[in-house]
Amino acid sequence: MLDQEFVPYMERTRLFYRAQGFDKDYVWAHFEATPFSALCKPLEDCVVTVVTTAVAHPEIPKPIRKAESIPFSESPAKFDTSELSWDKETTHTDDRQSYFPLEVLNKLAGDGMIKSVSKRFHFVPTQYSQKATSIEDAPLIATACREDEVDIALLVPL
Amino acid sequence: MDIVTHCNVPRYLHNDLPLGNPLGSPGDRETQLKSVLSALRLAISAKQKVVEVSDARWAGDPQWKQSYNKVDETNRKELSQLGEENRRKRAQNKALGLSR
Repeated sequence: MLDQEFVPYMERTRLFYRAQGFDKDYVWAHFEATPFSALCKPLEDCVVTVVTTAVAHPEIPKPIRKAESIPFSESPAKFDTSELSWDKETTHTDDRQSYFPLEVLNKLAGDGMIKSVSKRFHFVPTQYSQKATSIEDAPLIATACREDEVDIALLVPL
Repeated sequence: MDIVTHCNVPRYLHNDLPLGNPLGSPGDRETQLKSVLSALRLAISAKQKVVEVSDARWAGDPQWKQSYNKVDETNRKELSQLGEENRRKRAQNKALGLSR
């Protein structure tokens, strides 16, 4: 089984939270059907943006964080990643380019490989509530992407 | 891999790296560039739902896959306390109206 080579995050997470005394397992988002639209445009004509879970405004308490569209020119030199669930024993997030590809995208735009980097990137909070993500945050980001005439959004969660 | 494929997304590029550095290990500019290029090419070339696994590998301790969020006798008590703390914090947030 190919999947056995990868970390079984769902099972690991179930056991992790059961050990914390939570008796109800988390139910991950699942869609029966996958929406798909082919992109009929060459890469060099595409405007590209980034959707990140890294926190630009940690002063907003985690439970009430909402999606935000932020000018790339206001990207923090270091995002706050402290409240996100990543492998803090193995690695670190001191290198912004390991999770936020602004420098790479600027280079690709400079080289003419993409048309441009969108004026804004988008923050999506990691909320327990799937409703908050799918009914509120995702449509806000989709609308902002349309306003910015984005062709490709790279979703890069930590 | 399992969570994203369970969700059933249209295009997915998987880097088999510890959570925290989805584009490449800290300082690994080559993999970071390659990840973005591969994702962009996937966006352009995919004609149907697709999952692609890159050749990115973690250069550090190979035990990371076994150790992430592992539960055993060494941390069971600590996790139980963490759970209590979590529940206390959640109740506190709720009382303060901090929820969506």
